[in-house]
Amino acid sequence: MPLWLELVVRIGGVLAAFLVLPLLVGQAEHKVMAHMQGRLGPMYAGGFHGWAQLIADGVKFVQKEDVTPRAADRPVFRLAPAVALMPYLLALLVIPLGPNDLVGQPLDIGLFFVLAVVGVGVLAVLMSAWASANKYSLLGGLRGAAQLLGYELPLVLAAASVAMAAGTLSLSGIVEAWQPWWLLWQAPAMVIFFVAGLAEIRRPPFDMPVADSELVFGYLTEYTGLRFAFLLLAEYVGIVVIAALTTVLFLGGWQGPFADAQLGWLWTLLKVAAVSFVIIWLRVSFPRLREDQLQRLCWLVLVPAALAQLVLTTAVRLAL
Amino acid sequence: MTAVDALLLALGAVAVGSALLVVATRHLVRAGLYLVVCLGAVAGMYLVLAAELVAWVQVLIYVGAVVVLLLFAVMLTRAPIGASDDLDRPGWPATLIGGGTGLGLAALLIDAYRWTTVQVPEAGTAERLGAQVFGSWVLPFEVLSVLLLSALVGAIVLSRPDIGTTRPARSSTGDGDEVPGERGRSR
Repeated sequence: MPLWLELVVRIGGVLAAFLVLPLLVGQAEHKVMAHMQGRLGPMYAGGFHGWAQLIADGVKFVQKEDVTPRAADRPVFRLAPAVALMPYLLALLVIPLGPNDLVGQPLDIGLFFVLAVVGVGVLAVLMSAWASANKYSLLGGLRGAAQLLGYELPLVLAAASVAMAAGTLSLSGIVEAWQPWWLLWQAPAMVIFFVAGLAEIRRPPFDMPVADSELVFGYLTEYTGLRFAFLLLAEYVGIVVIAALTTVLFLGGWQGPFADAQLGWLWTLLKVAAVSFVIIWLRVSFPRLREDQLQRLCWLVLVPAALAQLVLTTAVRLAL
Repeated sequence: MTAVDALLLALGAVAVGSALLVVATRHLVRAGLYLVVCLGAVAGMYLVLAAELVAWVQVLIYVGAVVVLLLFAVMLTRAPIGASDDLDRPGWPATLIGGGTGLGLAALLIDAYRWTTVQVPEAGTAERLGAQVFGSWVLPFEVLSVLLLSALVGAIVLSRPDIGTTRPARSSTGDGDEVPGERGRSR
């Protein structure tokens, strides 16, 4: 296969995942939440159990007027949704789907790359919050920035633990080194990573920055139409990225019960779907954490636990 | 001129241009955002020079944390939308010092290297960097970590004036409760 064709196929594959997986997660969220709450959820769009609901939503968003508030800082306000989407698109590029380089772009320091680009997302929060010229937006953005900066620490520490265990920063390398008993050894790191990841994408119960009962919709308040849809899309791509990273780092990625070489991509996708389901489940189950509880959980529970896990990882690595 | 040279020049132009905008713009928050562009362009230059890990460290630390903290602090205190003319100081001393330093450094470097070509060293992978940092550079590394630790402790001490001062005697009624307003007064 010539180089350019391979490049086109790889980028096309990542783009398709970027556009399709968040929609699947969004539709699953509609239906799962509805059934958990004793409702039916969308039933009409598309005919069969409302499968086309999100497509209809997309059409609706495109038709809406794109309003920029008069007092807003126009260029920053309009740029923010793109800045919110870009990190997750780049992160999807290096997450391996299966063995033998079934990945957008194999990278030796893939783990570090993902953590670096996902950390840029906080800029989009601050940009959209400040440029909206709205005090609810600004308050939401400041809450969001404080939360993202805080939770990045346990996220990175938990990821460092598994990188130490595998002895590599390459995501494919980590999956290759992974063994089932790591589920026990790295269990605290997995919980820490998952919780911190949940906070990184501002999903309930960590949705204080967009708390609708007090801040209208936080930094999203002033957005309408397509730009609002992009910011929502960023949230759902975030779910996919966090679920995929949890899968790759802690659940063995493409390693499955049989036929890893042929069906690796299927195992990865199934695990990603399962983790995404848990993320949706948590939204339905838990009330929103208050701002002080949220920071307390981060600094007094997750960070010390992550440091303890690092010590444990080092001890076991040295003992083996 | 190879593609690498062209890329490096373009990234350098972006970095210098956005750096000029950082100091020239009258929009407070936009200055911080231009700083993001500038530091991102520098990260791109590292990437072109095959220092992969350093490039992503630059993105993680500077773009993802330092500038964000800076913007956060500006937004917490005062961040008007639009130009703030009252904040500008006379620009000529800064222009003189900044321009002079820049020109002097440029003259020095041009004089030192002339047109010698330098081979791009082998890629700065995480493995090689780790071996260097924890091999020959381990002492500076440890000293730096002590410096950062003392800065952290100092920041905590500075932000909490109640440390070290003797607490006022508790009133007999408030058993274990703080006297209302006590915290506020002690600050």
